Amino acid sequence: MDNRIIIVGGGLAGLMSAIKVAEAGCHVDLFSLVPVRRSHSVCAQGGINGCVQPTREGDSPDEHFDDTVYGGDFLANQTPVRNMCHAAPAIIKLMDRMGVMFNRTPEGNLDFRAFGGAKYRRTAFAGATTGQQLLYALDEQVRRFEVEGKITKHEFWEFLGAVIDDDGVCRGISALDMRTMEVHTFAGDAVIMATGGPGVIYGKSTNSAINTGAAAATLYTQGVRYANGEFIQVHPTAIQGIDKLRLMSESARGEGGRIWTYKEGKPWYFLEEKYPAYGNLVPRDIATREIFHVCVDEKLGIDGKNQVYLDLTHLPADYLNKKLGGILEIYEKFAGEDPRKKPMRVFPGVHYSMGGMWVDFDHMTNIPGLFAVGECEYQYHGANRLGANALLSCIYSGMVAGPAAVKYGKGLSKATADLKNECFDREKRRQDEIFSGIYRMDGPENPYRMAQELGELMTNNVTVVRYNDRLRETDQKLQELQERWNSLGVLDTSWGRANQAAQFVRQLRHMLDLARVITVGALLRDESRGAHYKPEFPQRDDENFLKSTIAEYTPSGPKISYEEVDVQHIKPRQRVYDVDKQLDPSNGGK
Amino acid sequence: MSEKQIRLKIKRQDSPTSSPYWEEFAVPYVPGHNVISALMEIRKNPVTATGEKTTPVVWECNCLEEICGACTMLINGTVRQACSALIDDVGTDLVLEPMSKFPVVRDLHVDRTKMFDSLKKVQAWIPIDGTYDMGEGPRMAPKDQEEGYQLAKCMTCGCCLEACPQYNSRSTFIGPSPISQVRLFNLHPTGAMNRTDRLEVLMGEGGIAECGNAQNCVRVCPKEVPLTKTLSELNKDVNLHGIFGFLKK
Repeated sequence: MDNRIIIVGGGLAGLMSAIKVAEAGCHVDLFSLVPVRRSHSVCAQGGINGCVQPTREGDSPDEHFDDTVYGGDFLANQTPVRNMCHAAPAIIKLMDRMGVMFNRTPEGNLDFRAFGGAKYRRTAFAGATTGQQLLYALDEQVRRFEVEGKITKHEFWEFLGAVIDDDGVCRGISALDMRTMEVHTFAGDAVIMATGGPGVIYGKSTNSAINTGAAAATLYTQGVRYANGEFIQVHPTAIQGIDKLRLMSESARGEGGRIWTYKEGKPWYFLEEKYPAYGNLVPRDIATREIFHVCVDEKLGIDGKNQVYLDLTHLPADYLNKKLGGILEIYEKFAGEDPRKKPMRVFPGVHYSMGGMWVDFDHMTNIPGLFAVGECEYQYHGANRLGANALLSCIYSGMVAGPAAVKYGKGLSKATADLKNECFDREKRRQDEIFSGIYRMDGPENPYRMAQELGELMTNNVTVVRYNDRLRETDQKLQELQERWNSLGVLDTSWGRANQAAQFVRQLRHMLDLARVITVGALLRDESRGAHYKPEFPQRDDENFLKSTIAEYTPSGPKISYEEVDVQHIKPRQRVYDVDKQLDPSNGGK
Repeated sequence: MSEKQIRLKIKRQDSPTSSPYWEEFAVPYVPGHNVISALMEIRKNPVTATGEKTTPVVWECNCLEEICGACTMLINGTVRQACSALIDDVGTDLVLEPMSKFPVVRDLHVDRTKMFDSLKKVQAWIPIDGTYDMGEGPRMAPKDQEEGYQLAKCMTCGCCLEACPQYNSRSTFIGPSPISQVRLFNLHPTGAMNRTDRLEVLMGEGGIAECGNAQNCVRVCPKEVPLTKTLSELNKDVNLHGIFGFLKK
């Protein structure tokens, strides 16, 4: 029988994994909560990094590598980051071959723009909807394989759990048919998770509605190690909304946008003043902390509110339309003002998780046969992700994991197809029991209101500025929420047809598990590094914390340990952005 | 009880085969609401306007910034995305219905699989040799990129199909959005190599000849994809291909 690989998630990482597996001649079963063309990658705006034209400004893949490691405050394992940055130019060219409508120079070459934490223009872009355009290109290639019978899509299916055999090897998944609420199991020689980030844990974020983190959190409860959970990126510029925070891309600043507020009656360009070398293009963690400080501590927000200006009004409208059209439309539609004429009002919002499932350099988790790619794993961004590196890491991780999963599957001594059904029956029974429990829940608490409470708790205490007493209290409250979860009402007991409430009750339980991983990880890390900032410990502490946080599930809460970081290529050095990045002369090749 | 409210009259349907019915809800008005955030308020307290307990309304959504296309529905009779329908623009008296051209899954949630099937039919992809490193893609003039990008923004939401009088259960017409994708792939230098294959699909049953030129599509497209212009240009391509293809035989 042919090898079959299961892929869960149809964003950039999942689709690239699927294409690689199909190209290698194995069959793919691709599962997704939504038609894959509507996955969250569609929201990425600014672009994708890669040093395609090294001669233009003196950039090099090694410079991209150094910027990424430095921008991530040295917490990322360097070998995979290095490999990714060296693969980046070929990835951009590949996406171009697939027909992505990247912006062009007058000569018809790819155009590149500036992005945060970098001094070179190495970000390829398609207007300000680059994620959408990349996703569509991969979706189209997957559709071609679908027609050829090499990929089978299962859309409107929710991942429920891994099927793990008696030897602790992943043999498939259990999943929920969202139209009938039936649980089924599926066999695969390997499983690749590509399920995205957990922003919904924070209630309002820039993430899409499906980004609950429930799939990764479920696996964590099944024994998958979760790494660097406390590193949550808060993007400096989002517009506030009742239902979500809408991202205003870093590319707005890359194309010349300026951040300011009033001080003593005059415009104050505080990023430019404090960081003369990088100005408005300091990395996200730094821009976020400064905007937060100016609004919350100095009370200098526009109109006394938590907001500053992101100003494009000095740039020509035609230029803005060609380079940033997509985000200008979003601002106009949702904020009701024309950003070509009036500065946009923005404030930081939860955006991205640098942490995720622990994986090795082949993207396999600690459970054999179970792989993870994209935002749901932890490999490439350390303590802070640079803008336009997410699309790159999603596609790159798929290019690594796809072939690695195929190789793993072919090397299995006992093919999954030859296994007895016991582990599948056991998983099916386990999930059926979970759902029959949920259907019986008739308590007074409403799951959506509890999620709102969780979001407010996490946003108020585990984002930009973190204090140990508040983190301790937050973990206490999370445990209370875990207890209160048992007194939820399911709201809808219908079976045999779509039931989003029952699904959400299950997701919420796992969101609480993951919220504790984030909070306890933050509590125990007594230093400041990248996105993790504690005023009580304002310095980076390499001696004690140049380590990846590893969380393992226990019924009483996360068990935290630490693992060494691969720093074999670039010696860690102090990270500053008020002056040009200093290169360490001891670093070979730099 | 004089405080301002958002009133929602929602067409509900429990399953694909059951009959629809109406329920009314009231949500306190707060500035900044859109249709999605109002629906989110309902599920926090799933009680009708007359105080009866009911199930939360089922609907599709994802990005909430009008780029994924998921939350498309009829709002006061007009097809559009619910996330970008701000209450201050659409008013506080709302009638919400599922799109009528697709099978209902439940309530406002419909099944748009046939849109993706149409993309298969018209071969909406660039047939690359493989994903290994084969160097650069073709150069492209900025004006061609701008034209292509405008077409590539189609989010397969289905607004144009909902509004099109020719797209219905009695017709095989594939509708404006997949046809516009033919234009996109035919203008790409590599995609153009398979140009005639796509044109021949459009010449067949359910193809471009069934467009009635009502021009509703372009009026409802949230991404301003130039659908009617594209259809008329493709019509020329199809006719030319028809004539010269016939002469070659």
